[in-house]
Amino acid sequence: MNPSYQITVEIGGMPILLHTQDDSFRQLLARRYAGFVDSAAPPRFEFDIELTTPSRKAPDEEVRVEIRQGTWWLRRGDFRAQWNPYARRGRIRQSANPYSIDSVLRIVHTLILAQEGGFLLHSAGAIRNGRAFLFSGVSGAGKTTISRLAPPDVILLTDEVSYIRRVDAGYRACGTPFAGELARVGENCSAPIGSLFFLAQGPENKIEPMANAEAVRRLMRNILFFTEDVALVDNVFQSACEFVERVPVQRLTFAPDSRVWQMIG
Amino acid sequence: MSVKYIAKSSAIASRLLGGEMMVMSSADSTFFTLNPVATVVWQAADGVTPLSDIVADHVCAEFEVDAETAHRDVERFVEELSQHGILLVSETPIAGSATSPTEAA
Repeated sequence: MNPSYQITVEIGGMPILLHTQDDSFRQLLARRYAGFVDSAAPPRFEFDIELTTPSRKAPDEEVRVEIRQGTWWLRRGDFRAQWNPYARRGRIRQSANPYSIDSVLRIVHTLILAQEGGFLLHSAGAIRNGRAFLFSGVSGAGKTTISRLAPPDVILLTDEVSYIRRVDAGYRACGTPFAGELARVGENCSAPIGSLFFLAQGPENKIEPMANAEAVRRLMRNILFFTEDVALVDNVFQSACEFVERVPVQRLTFAPDSRVWQMIG
Repeated sequence: MSVKYIAKSSAIASRLLGGEMMVMSSADSTFFTLNPVATVVWQAADGVTPLSDIVADHVCAEFEVDAETAHRDVERFVEELSQHGILLVSETPIAGSATSPTEAA
């Protein structure tokens, strides 16, 4: 019988147990998800990882995510995965690399969050004075820049993907290991969201209100989502609307220099 | 003039937020914000009420607009949304359409 190694990766307070028969791959995952590994946490879901030889197909091939008879099927050039949320188990076939498992985990978390009123948002996130602030926008809008400019009292949750959970009547932002240009893993902590800013760069720092429709439109554009499943798309859309109803969404234009942080928190 | 019936597609998500109706296509994420007149028509699009009755009973009754202008504007709005597959248009009643709870709220 082959030995089995396991590691629990907990992102957004959602522990997922990964089984592999390759200890060097387990060690790779431990390094990749350092700060987000919690062997004591009872897992919500478990995945068996079957390692294969590297695929010749390009990893940037379009991802396909479909549900058939209660099982989600995830497919891209570099991985195949299936996951049954009711059985709480899944299976991943990929080569021994950190990028494929990273993509599978992102997709699985979007599917979990969509059922719970939350979502993954393409944004930087940080905690200041006990509240989380999110900075979203298209590539080049300044997510990495504003993260770099953060003063020492700011806890960086992510410079790339924010994990947003619905909690009671509000929302919390959680740190993620999904890094962007800073190549720096966020802190594994969370805080209630104080505000979401859509970034623009300009000659002076200013914060302006944003109309609901524009806020929902921009939010939907930046939520990570990979399936056209009608019910789940509807869930995410309703979640975006509820988020806009409960959390201030504003436009933040910044110079950019560190004085912008005088306006935040 | 033939009788028209309109119904919402099942492949859309919609919600009334701050008095504005927002509609998104699940297939291609096309996003629309409806004006107050279009919102009234959208909410009344039950698949069984003739479009002419919707215009008379909802648009003309609730807004200060003459019947001819209302019909012209509504026809244009219905055509635009139907081109995006968001509204279904038929010369016979459309079975199985319903208003979602979030719209009614």
